[in-house]
Amino acid sequence: MRRTALATLLLAAAVPAQADEIWVTNEKDNTISVIDIATQEVTRTIPVGERPRGITFSHDYSRVYICASDSDAVQVMDPVTGEILHDLPSGEDPEQFVLAPDDRHLYIANEDDAVATVVDVETRTVVSQIDVGIEPEGMAISPDGKIAIVTSETTNMAHWIDTETHELFANTLVDSRPRHAEFVKHGTELWVSSEIGGTITVFDVATQAEKAKISFEIQGVHSDRIQPVGFELTADEKTAFVALGPANHLAVVNADTYEVEEYVLVGRRVWHMAFNADRSQLFTTNGISGDVTVVDVASRKALKSIKVGRFPWGAAFRPTQ
Amino acid sequence: MNAWITAFLAICWREALRFIHQRERFVAALVRPLVWLLVFAAGFRAALGLSITPPYQTYITYETYIVPGLCGMILLFNGMQSSLSLVYDREMGSMRLLLTAPLPRWWLLFSKLCGATFISILQVYTFLAIAAAFGIVMAPLGYLAALPALALGGLMLGALGLAMSSFIKQLENFAGVMNFVIFPMFFLSSALYPLWKMQESSDLLHDICAANPFTHAVEAIRFALYLQWNPAALGWTALATLGFMALALWGYDPARGMTRHKG
Repeated sequence: MRRTALATLLLAAAVPAQADEIWVTNEKDNTISVIDIATQEVTRTIPVGERPRGITFSHDYSRVYICASDSDAVQVMDPVTGEILHDLPSGEDPEQFVLAPDDRHLYIANEDDAVATVVDVETRTVVSQIDVGIEPEGMAISPDGKIAIVTSETTNMAHWIDTETHELFANTLVDSRPRHAEFVKHGTELWVSSEIGGTITVFDVATQAEKAKISFEIQGVHSDRIQPVGFELTADEKTAFVALGPANHLAVVNADTYEVEEYVLVGRRVWHMAFNADRSQLFTTNGISGDVTVVDVASRKALKSIKVGRFPWGAAFRPTQ
Repeated sequence: MNAWITAFLAICWREALRFIHQRERFVAALVRPLVWLLVFAAGFRAALGLSITPPYQTYITYETYIVPGLCGMILLFNGMQSSLSLVYDREMGSMRLLLTAPLPRWWLLFSKLCGATFISILQVYTFLAIAAAFGIVMAPLGYLAALPALALGGLMLGALGLAMSSFIKQLENFAGVMNFVIFPMFFLSSALYPLWKMQESSDLLHDICAANPFTHAVEAIRFALYLQWNPAALGWTALATLGFMALALWGYDPARGMTRHKG
């Protein structure tokens, strides 16, 4: 009986798990925690470069790119073996990046250098470096791949880059310390979150004009603590979940009316998040409490918080089926 | 055997009647935990979330934390209330009538206990329904799973009340019960604050809280509401129930406790 159990165990260890995963970068531990979505437990902890932050998968999920900020590199890893294959030249202190729809070009924000670096992941060369504002952080690319956005934390701007010429064609002011940008609604709107300003600015992409501003208010939480950072939209793009940093809450925003409908309590200093395959569950990274809270999207309730490494930062979904 | 069941039902029915005829008591029993939930807990809201302690799986607000403790509070006050009513019964002479029934005394007292517990549980579920209306909702099965824990907690606190009633001579002494039993039992428990919070201020306080049977009753209810099994809490509550029951029987033993007190 015991032998059978042991054999099963060995077999289970040999065959990669068949459940989908959430990959979380732990900024202070220099590791990645891999969460099995089915069991909601950490199944692997993989050592990476120093201060890992941004994380994203190639379109076929055969590679994972990790911003190892203090190693001044973007690392490329085989997600099956957890082995680092090589580093990409990334410029100094890469914090966040976005993979272009062509699955080939990475747009990287170099926080210390006030530039955005474009890297070809196949030839492993820097295609271009674009001067932007001070402390660039948020990166986004339009679904058609024509516009890249960099937000600079100190200049308080969203910089609009033409991806063909690698030139800035517009700069738009946002509230203090923009952290994260995303194109939503099939690329017709750009959302930019401002951490200190405590808002999300919505732009009309065609005109680059400000369309709306979303602000947040939680009873019993001082407005200084309400610091929106990461956000994600549901599959129908009708609802947005916004991480509010040290307010320890997610805001649930109606993406059509830009009104906040509800707040969900999660762990301490929530920054980024990733959905599961059908977007029925959301996984948030809570830096201070060192855990990931699982939120049920339909009921908008926190189900569970899973302990990961110290200061979890970024999160990315990986299907295994 | 039939007589036993008849007596059991009659005593339970009397408890129910007593309860139905005192609608104010029902309202009062509900208002007390609701004031705690909606006023006291509001002051400690912890909008930024309380740390995770089992059985909770994620961060919670204070209102969520305090609900099982307030269920325990209902059981505690009702247990003491039935002790009060026994003292009253004794003064009025109706207790003599009860205790002269041709059945073992333990059975009569146990029936009385079951009746009181049943009433308590009704109140707890009413309270949980109101709490749910204010957004503090558990898993549907949790409400069912809590039933045995509530019954056990109710029996334990009822037995404690019974034991005390055998030692209290007059109704006026009930204020003492309030000060020396209800308050310490409620405040020195995990009903209002998690035990680790107590430990932050004093190890001694923590140890007293951890030994308090009321803590175990509350924890048994808390875990059950979240569909988790806490054998230690249930075990200690059961043990305390037996202990208090034995004490009550000793107190009501005609050869000892009550007669001697009355003398």
